[in-house]
Amino acid sequence: MEVTLIINGDHYGFSAEPDEVLLDTLRKLGFKSVKRGCDTASCGVCNILVDGKLVPSCAFLTVRANRRNITTLEGVSKQAEEIGNFFMAEGVEQCGFCTPGHMMSLIALFNENPHPDIETVKHYLAGNMCRCSGYEGQHRAIEAFMGGGK
Amino acid sequence: MRVNTSIPKVDGKGLIQGKPAFTDDFAPRDALIVKVLRSPYPHATIKSIKVEQALAMPEIKCIFTYENVPEALFTRAGQGFPEPSPYDARILDRTVRYVGDAVAIVAGTTEQVVDLALEKIKVDYEIKEPILEYEHALDNPVLLHEGNYTKSMFPIGHDASRNLAASYEMMIGDMDEVVSKCDVVIKERYYTQAQAHAMSEPHAVVAYMDVQDRLTLVTSTQAHYHIRRIVSKAIGIPLSRIRVIKPRVGGGFGGKQGIHGEIYAGLVTLKTGKPSKMVYTRREVFESTYTRHPMRIDMTVGAMKDGTIKALNMEVLSNTGAYGEHALTVLMVAGAKTLPMYNKVESVAFKGEVVYTNTSPAGAYRGYGAIQGNFALESILDELAHRLDMDPLALRLKNIIHEGETSDVFKKMGEGTEGVEMIIESCKLETCLHRVKDSINWQEKYPKKMISPHRVRGVGLALAMQGSGIPCIDMGAAVLKLNDGGFFNLTVGATDIGTGSDTVLAQIAAETLKVPVDQIVIYSSDTDLAPFDKGAYASSTTYVSGNGVKKAAENMIKTIEEKAKQRYQAKEVTYEGAYLLVDGAKKSFSEFATELYYSHSQEQLVATGSFVGEKSPPPYMAGAAEVEVDLRTGIIEVVRYDAYVDCGVPINPNLSRIQVEGALLQGIGMTLYEEADYLDNGRLFNNSFLTYKVPTRMDVGPMTVSFVESYEPSGPYGAKSVGEIGIDTPPAAIANAIFNATGIRIRSLPITSEVLYRAMKK
Repeated sequence: MEVTLIINGDHYGFSAEPDEVLLDTLRKLGFKSVKRGCDTASCGVCNILVDGKLVPSCAFLTVRANRRNITTLEGVSKQAEEIGNFFMAEGVEQCGFCTPGHMMSLIALFNENPHPDIETVKHYLAGNMCRCSGYEGQHRAIEAFMGGGK
Repeated sequence: MRVNTSIPKVDGKGLIQGKPAFTDDFAPRDALIVKVLRSPYPHATIKSIKVEQALAMPEIKCIFTYENVPEALFTRAGQGFPEPSPYDARILDRTVRYVGDAVAIVAGTTEQVVDLALEKIKVDYEIKEPILEYEHALDNPVLLHEGNYTKSMFPIGHDASRNLAASYEMMIGDMDEVVSKCDVVIKERYYTQAQAHAMSEPHAVVAYMDVQDRLTLVTSTQAHYHIRRIVSKAIGIPLSRIRVIKPRVGGGFGGKQGIHGEIYAGLVTLKTGKPSKMVYTRREVFESTYTRHPMRIDMTVGAMKDGTIKALNMEVLSNTGAYGEHALTVLMVAGAKTLPMYNKVESVAFKGEVVYTNTSPAGAYRGYGAIQGNFALESILDELAHRLDMDPLALRLKNIIHEGETSDVFKKMGEGTEGVEMIIESCKLETCLHRVKDSINWQEKYPKKMISPHRVRGVGLALAMQGSGIPCIDMGAAVLKLNDGGFFNLTVGATDIGTGSDTVLAQIAAETLKVPVDQIVIYSSDTDLAPFDKGAYASSTTYVSGNGVKKAAENMIKTIEEKAKQRYQAKEVTYEGAYLLVDGAKKSFSEFATELYYSHSQEQLVATGSFVGEKSPPPYMAGAAEVEVDLRTGIIEVVRYDAYVDCGVPINPNLSRIQVEGALLQGIGMTLYEEADYLDNGRLFNNSFLTYKVPTRMDVGPMTVSFVESYEPSGPYGAKSVGEIGIDTPPAAIANAIFNATGIRIRSLPITSEVLYRAMKK
């Protein structure tokens, strides 16, 4: 099916299979920040924004995204860097495979709620798995960002 | 100061921006999709396999079955050579030995067609009786590897006719004699389970033929040089025709030490000449890679009334699943990296058998036997303390190892071979114990506090040790190249899998070369362009590869000084980083380096360094858990976890801390939630992140990790390892805390709330 996807502000014509998910489409189009981690929408590494709302792209049909605004990390790298610098200050990005998903979740959260407390952050990011860090350092980084950067 | 400094990771910027960095990000658009048809039965022989229908599809480019792949026998373990694991695997075999074992390799142009082709392959299986219970495997009439074809590279106690992958035993002192004189002898049986690695990035490989018609494998591996060697052996092409590149890797924890898709994609690309890729589904990662070795540990401790421990005896039955990857070495580490902590004993013995069963293979996994052994040892010490009516901390303080001491176990037990004698030159275990006691407020909280009529809190503690590389076997090398302008390229074989080793190694080079870290440009893990390294396992990178880097840098300084002497016809040149002292006069190093490449007597300066450890200095730690138990439901909450770690001098304290925090949570996951759960038909019940419980950020209270610095003279700038040790303490510390809170001793992992609830109702 022919669809038009508006990705990070640019229009892309794309011929999608009826059962194709955005994760595959976006990777085919070169948006490699979107990762595949689980196939069951359980790990958060494929998170993107559709019309500003956080969704796991492995569970979002490409045809449903026709003419909608899709944001991947490539489109918000400046914002990601602001938050990410605090991750780097803690060394908590570690392997970095889940980092794009974390960045997208955090950007979505701060768009919705510019001043959350850390418990709110934890709830919002509960679906972002990380096997490297134990999360503790992420929370230090996010608190530092909220205290200093925001 | 460039070491003992928390600088950001050199690859951090790209990672936080989601730049293409991982294996699948580099797959050519026209890469064939490789998938593997997997066995639905735990034990069967293929009577016939028909691929014609699938092969008739124009989009399908090749199919391999056991009938048309090389027959070489090998091990997928991904270890050095000769491997201490039995050669018991083929690329594809007529017999399949677990649900998920490989039956056929299919390559085609799209995922959809390859999935369809998999369905069109007709396999007629002769179903055989499986062995699913490892306690029944030894000398069972059902044999996993029948026909006397397996072999070992050197004696590892392997006997396939008994379902025995490997075995080992040793005794120091006369165990029976010593035990008979003890005031108290306790013998208990402990069980640890199969844990999944659950790294973020599923295993992936991209294969292509380069312009010199050589096979290139870009792969998410922890051991690229071993991958090259094993692929060469299995596929039967010369080493010189293979290049293996490791890009960024999305976590490994041991799970990517072994060979996985590299052979499959390699075969497809060799046969078709086309690029190919294989990305494991999460289900395949769970079912068809490998897990931690489940173990049954019979632990005996003998002691005097005053708490002096006289005898320690560990007897292990380990389950290696269908193939014997790391069978012997994980077994030995269960004793070798636990028992030396209590070195005042008069007798210490270890015995173990590793058996085959029809479940997913077991393999390398962070902790590597030490976490299993630690659960048994550190649990039984608390049981002993309880029997003696002693504080468990006081019992440990009486018996632990200190600086300047040794243990006979070091010499006796290595990894697959004899060990090496070692006087411990850095050990702050006692300080770790005192600090964690204060920080968790042991005095106040031990053994328990009622929070409400039905909620109780208890504290528990465990000590741990690990190693720093495999001595006399594993080598790490580095090459430094001086550039015009005066900066350096550092190429290393070491394998950064998210651990931060690229950063840590650059820091070590910068320290030696007295330059800022940004003057070191590191490139790692490419068999064509970077020197040899064993890979990222056995807690070896900082210690082994780090020492290699330090040597290379020292050699570079010598080379620079030598060259400058010639160039300036000087009597004496001293390298000072920013400048050279040429017979006492300062000369800008940057100018020297530029002239070296553009003005007379030009020469490229290169230096190398290689390091093999003569010993494996252990890092140590003390971990303490405070748990809260709901006495009505059995719900267990880790309220806080405090850890004090002696890893020598941490080269990058931030990265060291994250290593320990991440390992703690992985250990807490193993303690409370995680288990690869096989059904009666041999299928893995929990083969997705929906059903396999990995801890989330909601599952644990604050973890506090601190370092007690020691200085390891044999390490680079005093460093030891830190990658594995953090995972070892949670099982015993939490089990001990639960006992202290409830009086119930759980000797089997995982300690789920259901398990505790049932035990409380008894």
